[in-house]
Amino acid sequence: MTKVQNNRAWLLILPMLVLVAFSAIIPLMTVVNYSVQDVFDANTRFFTGTEWFETMLNDSALQAALLRQFAFSMTILAIEVPLGIGIALLMPKRGWQASAVLILITLPLLIPWNVVGSIWQIFTRGDIGLMGWGIRELGYSYNITRNPVDAWATIILMDVWHWTPLIALLCYSGLRAIPEAYYQAARIDRASRWAVFRYIQLPKLTNVLVIGVLLRFMHSFMIYAEPFVLTGGGPGSSTTFLSQSLTTMAIGQQDLGPSAAFSLIYFLIILLVSWVFYTAIMNMQKDDATGGHRHDA
Amino acid sequence: MTHDATTRQDARVSPSTGTSPSVASAATAADESPRLERARARRRGGSVGRSRFLLALYLILMLLPIYWLINMSLQSNSEILGALSFWPREVTFDNYIGIFTDSNWYMGYVNSIAYVSMNMLISISVALPAAYAFSRFKFIGDKHLFFWLLTNLMAPPAVFLLPYFQLYYSVGLFDTHIAVALAHCLFNIPLAVWILEGFMSSVPKEVDETAYIDGYSFPSFFVKIFIPMIRSGIGVTLFFLFMFSWVELLLSRTLTATNAQPIASIMTRTSTASGIDWGTLAAAGVLTILPGIIVVYFVRNHIAKGFALGRT
Amino acid sequence: MAEIMLKALAHTYVSNPQSPADYAIREMTHVWHQGGAYALLGPSGCGKSTLLNIISGLLQPSDGDVVFDSRIVNELPPEERNIAQVFQFPVIYDTMTVFDNLAFPLRNIRTPEAKVRERVAEVADILDLVPLLRRKAKNLTADEKQKVSMGRGLVRDDVSAILFDEPLTVIDPQLKWKLRRKLKEIHERFNITMIYVTHDQLEASTFAEKIAVMYEGQVVQFGTPRELFEKPAHTFVGFFIGSPGMNFLEMTVTESGLSFGKLPIPVDPRLLELAHRSGSNNVKLGIRPEFVEVHEEVGSNTLSVKVEDIQDLGTYSILSFRLNGVSLKARLGEEHAIRGEYAHVRFPEASTHLYIDECRVEVGND
Repeated sequence: MTKVQNNRAWLLILPMLVLVAFSAIIPLMTVVNYSVQDVFDANTRFFTGTEWFETMLNDSALQAALLRQFAFSMTILAIEVPLGIGIALLMPKRGWQASAVLILITLPLLIPWNVVGSIWQIFTRGDIGLMGWGIRELGYSYNITRNPVDAWATIILMDVWHWTPLIALLCYSGLRAIPEAYYQAARIDRASRWAVFRYIQLPKLTNVLVIGVLLRFMHSFMIYAEPFVLTGGGPGSSTTFLSQSLTTMAIGQQDLGPSAAFSLIYFLIILLVSWVFYTAIMNMQKDDATGGHRHDA
Repeated sequence: MTHDATTRQDARVSPSTGTSPSVASAATAADESPRLERARARRRGGSVGRSRFLLALYLILMLLPIYWLINMSLQSNSEILGALSFWPREVTFDNYIGIFTDSNWYMGYVNSIAYVSMNMLISISVALPAAYAFSRFKFIGDKHLFFWLLTNLMAPPAVFLLPYFQLYYSVGLFDTHIAVALAHCLFNIPLAVWILEGFMSSVPKEVDETAYIDGYSFPSFFVKIFIPMIRSGIGVTLFFLFMFSWVELLLSRTLTATNAQPIASIMTRTSTASGIDWGTLAAAGVLTILPGIIVVYFVRNHIAKGFALGRT
Repeated sequence: MAEIMLKALAHTYVSNPQSPADYAIREMTHVWHQGGAYALLGPSGCGKSTLLNIISGLLQPSDGDVVFDSRIVNELPPEERNIAQVFQFPVIYDTMTVFDNLAFPLRNIRTPEAKVRERVAEVADILDLVPLLRRKAKNLTADEKQKVSMGRGLVRDDVSAILFDEPLTVIDPQLKWKLRRKLKEIHERFNITMIYVTHDQLEASTFAEKIAVMYEGQVVQFGTPRELFEKPAHTFVGFFIGSPGMNFLEMTVTESGLSFGKLPIPVDPRLLELAHRSGSNNVKLGIRPEFVEVHEEVGSNTLSVKVEDIQDLGTYSILSFRLNGVSLKARLGEEHAIRGEYAHVRFPEASTHLYIDECRVEVGND
C-alpha cells in the first residue's frame, strides 16, 4: 500500500506516545542514572562512570546465569518450534473439532505465569503429583529440589507445555492461509507428504515463524515467575535465570548501581540477539527472493 | 414419420430430465460397452486417523497437569496428603467456598480483573489511532518510532521493577489499580499497535477515500466505518491484551501491597509455616484459568487469523 | 492416452439428498474422446468445477463411475490417474527455480536426472520459458507462473489429459490470446485430451473443438461452437451463447396451432403434434437476433412492431423492439437503417426453434 506523506499523523500518535514514554522513557532514564552512580542515600551519591558495568560484566555468578539463560532459550526454541509446527499440521481445519482444539490448545497461554509454576509444582511432587509419583513408580528417584538435571528437565518440560501452543497457533493460522489449490496441485504432481511440507507449507510459514521465534526468544529470555515458583532457582543456583538474579539484586539487596548496570546490559543483549535473529531470517528470505543459484540437477 | 420424430425428441430431452440419479434413467450407451475393470488405489489414506491419534495424545498430555490441578482442588488437604488418588474420592467444594467467603481471597480476583480491564481500555484507545497513523501515513520518524515501540516489547519487566516502584510511589499511585494498568502499557500498547497495524493495512485505502468523498469527517469515519471493518482484529487484539496483562506477575506484585493486590500474588499466601495449603492453592489456580477460557471462547473464530497478526 | 467416460455420474455435497436441487452434478453420461480439445462452459455455480475435480480425482463422485479407457477410476486418487490440472490461480512452488518447478513432478516419480533435464528443456522450449529457467518462480509475472503450472502438467509423458480450471482469470487481456494460442499449439503437438473450464464463450469457442454447456449441474448441450449457435438444444444455451442471447416467445398451445398472445404462429404440423402430446404448457419459440429479418416496409408475413431503441455497436447495431408486450432484439447489418417509429419483422421458419420444457424439439427431414 502506498502511504501518504502527512506529518499531522503525529497527532494520532501523540496519546500513545505520551503513555509509552511515561512507562518506558522515564524509568529507563532512572536506570541509566543509577547505573553510573553509587547511591548511599537520597543525598549522597558519587559518579562512578563505567565501573558498575565492568563489575557486572566480570561477575562470575552473572556470567553463569547468562550462559544458563542462553542454554535455556536455545533448548526451548529447538524443541518448541518443530513441535509447534508438528501440532499445527495435525490440527483439524474446520468444524466444531477445529474450534474445540483451538480452545484447548490456547489454555496454557492464559494461565498466570506463577500459577503455571504452581501447577507444575503440584504435578511433579513425588508425594502428591501425578508425574513425580509416576516417574518414581518407574524406578527413577526423581527430585527437582535435589537433582539439578531433574530441575532443568522439568523447567524445560514446563516451558514446552506452556509455550508450544503459541508456535502451534501461529503456524496453524499460517497454514490456514494456504489456498486449497496448492495441495491439489501437489497431489496431481505426486508430491510426497514430505515434499508438500518442504515446498508448500514451510515456505508459507516463514512469516509467522519469524514472529514466533522472536516472541519465544524474548519471553524465554525474561522468564521469571515459573521457575521462581517451581524451583526457586535451585537446587543451588542451577535454575537461576537472569530476571531472578536481577530481582534479587535490585529488590532483595537494594544494590541500585550494579543492578541498574546489569539491567541495561540485559536489555541490550535481548535487543542485539533479537536484531540478529531478525536480520538473519530476513536475509534468508531475500536470498529466496532474488533467486539463489540452486543447482539445476 | 411421426414415430420417428417422437424418438428423436426423447433422445434430445433425456439429458436434462435426469433429475436424480435413479436407476431407471441409466439406460444409456455406456451399458452396452465391454465389461469395465475397477481400478484399486495403490496407496491407502490412513493418515487422517493417525494424525487424529497423535493430536489426541498431545491434548491428553497437555491437559493432564490441568486435570491434576482440578483433581486436587476438589479434595481436602488430608486426602491430598494421604494416598495418591487419580480422582477425588470424596468431592469437596470447601476449598472454593473458602476462597469465595474470604474477602482477602476474592478481592484478589476483583483487583486483577480491575487492572486488566483498565489496561485493555487504555491500550486499545490509544493504540487504535496510532496504528491507523502507522498503516496509512508516512511522517517524519515513522520507522524509527515503530522500531522503538517494538523494543519495548523486548524490555524485561525485571529491568523496570525498581524505577516503576519509585516512580509510582513518588506520584502517590503505589498500590492502586491504575498503577498496574499503566505499568502493563509498557508492553501492551506496542503489542496492540503492532497487531492492529497489520489488520488495518489489509483494509484497502479506497475505503477511506470513498468515505471522505461521501462527506464523513475523520472521527465519524473512524468510529462508524473503519472500526466496524476491523472488528475481528480488535477482538483479537483485546484477547492478546487480556492475555499478557492477566498472566504477568512481577510488575503487578511489586506495584501493589494490599488494596490492589492481584490474585496471583495472593496465592503465595497458601505457603505458611505449617506447610502449604494445597487444596486452596489448587482451587485458586483453577479459578485463574476460568477468565481465560471465557475470553478465548468469544474469540475462537478469529483466533486462527489473529495469531497471524493480520499478516497472512 | 485415454478416453474419459462419465457413466451415470452424479454428485452431491449433501449427505442425504432429497431433491434434484441438492445435486451439484445431476446424473449424466458423457464421453470425452482421446485427443480432443473440449471446453466446459457455464455460469459460475453450474457445477463445472465440481465436474472437473471429479475427473481429476480431487473429488469422489457420490453416484456413477468415472471411466478411463476401460478402467473405473473412482477410487484412484489424482496422483494415480495420469491427469494434469491447471488451476484458476497459478500454483507454483515459490522457493524453487522455474527449472525445479518443471522438474518436480518427474523427480517425484524418481525419473533419472538426465531424462528430467531433457524433458524440462523440451517443455520449456515450447512454453518459451527457457530464459527464465534459473529464476526463482516467486518473481515471475502471472502469465509466466501460469505457463509454469501448465508446464508441470506437460513434462510427464504419462499424462493422458490436461484439465484447465479457468486458467486465464488472472492474466492480462492482451496476454490472454497469446496463452490461448499456446494451448492450441500444445494440443496439436502432443495429441493430449484437454478439457477447459470457462464461463467465457469466446474463450471456449476459440479453444475448443466441442463445447459442453453446463447449467444447473447438467450438460445441456455438447456440440461444436457452430451447433451451439445455430441449434441451441436448450433455452439456456440460446440465452448464454451469443450476444445478445436468443429471443424467446412464450407460446400458447391450442387445438389449431400455436399462438403468441393473439398472434398465430405457423409451425410444422409434426412439431405441433409433439407439443400436443407433451401436454406441457411451457412451449417457447426461439430465434436468434441475427436471424430476425427487419424491413422498413410491410412485406409478406411481416409483423409491425414498435421500435424501442437502436444501439450502434460500430459494424452492426442492435434493434430492440416490442411485440405483444415482450421485449425482443434483432441484429442489423451496417447497411441497414430503421428510421421510423415502427419496423416490420419476420421470423424465418428455418431459423426458429421450438422448445418444450426448455428443450429443443425437432423433426427429421425426409
